[in-house]
Amino acid sequence: MFDLGGKKALVTGGSGGIGAEIARALSARGAVVAITGTRMAALEEVVASLPGEGHILPCDLSDPAALDGLIPAAEAAMGGLDILVNNAGITRDTLAMRMKDADWDAVIDVNLSAAFRLTRAALKPMVKARRGRIIQITSIVGVTGNPGQANYAASKAGLIGMSKSVASEVAARGITVNCVAPGFITTAMTDKLTDEQKKTMAERIPAGRMGEPAEIAAAVVYLASDEAAYVTGQTLHVNGGMAMI
Amino acid sequence: MTDVAERVKKIVVEHLGADEAKVTENASFIDDLGADSLDTVELVMAFEEEFGCEIPDDAAEKILTVKDAIDYIKEHSA
Repeated sequence: MFDLGGKKALVTGGSGGIGAEIARALSARGAVVAITGTRMAALEEVVASLPGEGHILPCDLSDPAALDGLIPAAEAAMGGLDILVNNAGITRDTLAMRMKDADWDAVIDVNLSAAFRLTRAALKPMVKARRGRIIQITSIVGVTGNPGQANYAASKAGLIGMSKSVASEVAARGITVNCVAPGFITTAMTDKLTDEQKKTMAERIPAGRMGEPAEIAAAVVYLASDEAAYVTGQTLHVNGGMAMI
Repeated sequence: MTDVAERVKKIVVEHLGADEAKVTENASFIDDLGADSLDTVELVMAFEEEFGCEIPDDAAEKILTVKDAIDYIKEHSA
């Protein structure tokens, strides 16, 4: 079950807590993995930790020119592309009344627009190959909302709508497009939340604990597998019961 | 060397699984040959590959029949 031997996977934001764990989990199942990011030292550390073949493709997703070259670069490095994981994400948290246009635009650009452009580019080889897996890492807050995260929540909700639309366009070509929506996971990103935000969120988790990056990675492995061929346009919530939707 | 029209028709037959007799120059991909909109995008990709040319999106949208494809390729290939 869930064997990814010979599959080629690109994971954006591969140096972050969740991205690195996704890369390791795909690699452990036999996939060749390429990771992107901007922090070279951290990317090198992740690739060194992979059990299988790994590649580093440095890329700043807020740079449109770099973005255009990423999918062709991934295909060239790995000899194809079977799995795209749009994991890269940023936050610029502040109350809506204080949110600058720049805070809004930066988050939408990286979290949503870059994910769309990479999805569009990845479809070309996938449609031709009549198979493919596209997995967007969205967030529980894209469905529930969260104070201070109007931009982030909008970008994550946007990923879900985008994925459903694309999923219906390419389902007949053997390509699935799904989202994984983490709840409250222990990463550098959640460390940035205020104590008050953390307390409020922790109280809402029936499992009584934060999630681990490996628990998100496991969901990605499933959706990337051949066994998940009949699952498309879905959002798999991994949140300890924090929201049951 | 096979001429452009024959190569285009061959791609259409192979890609859409259409009956060769139906793939006439005036046949519309969608109305006559059972293509869906994504098939037309794929056909354009296949033409680009076969003829080593790039067909921009605004031109691709106007390629609706077998003849449209043949004419475009004849005009734009060296």
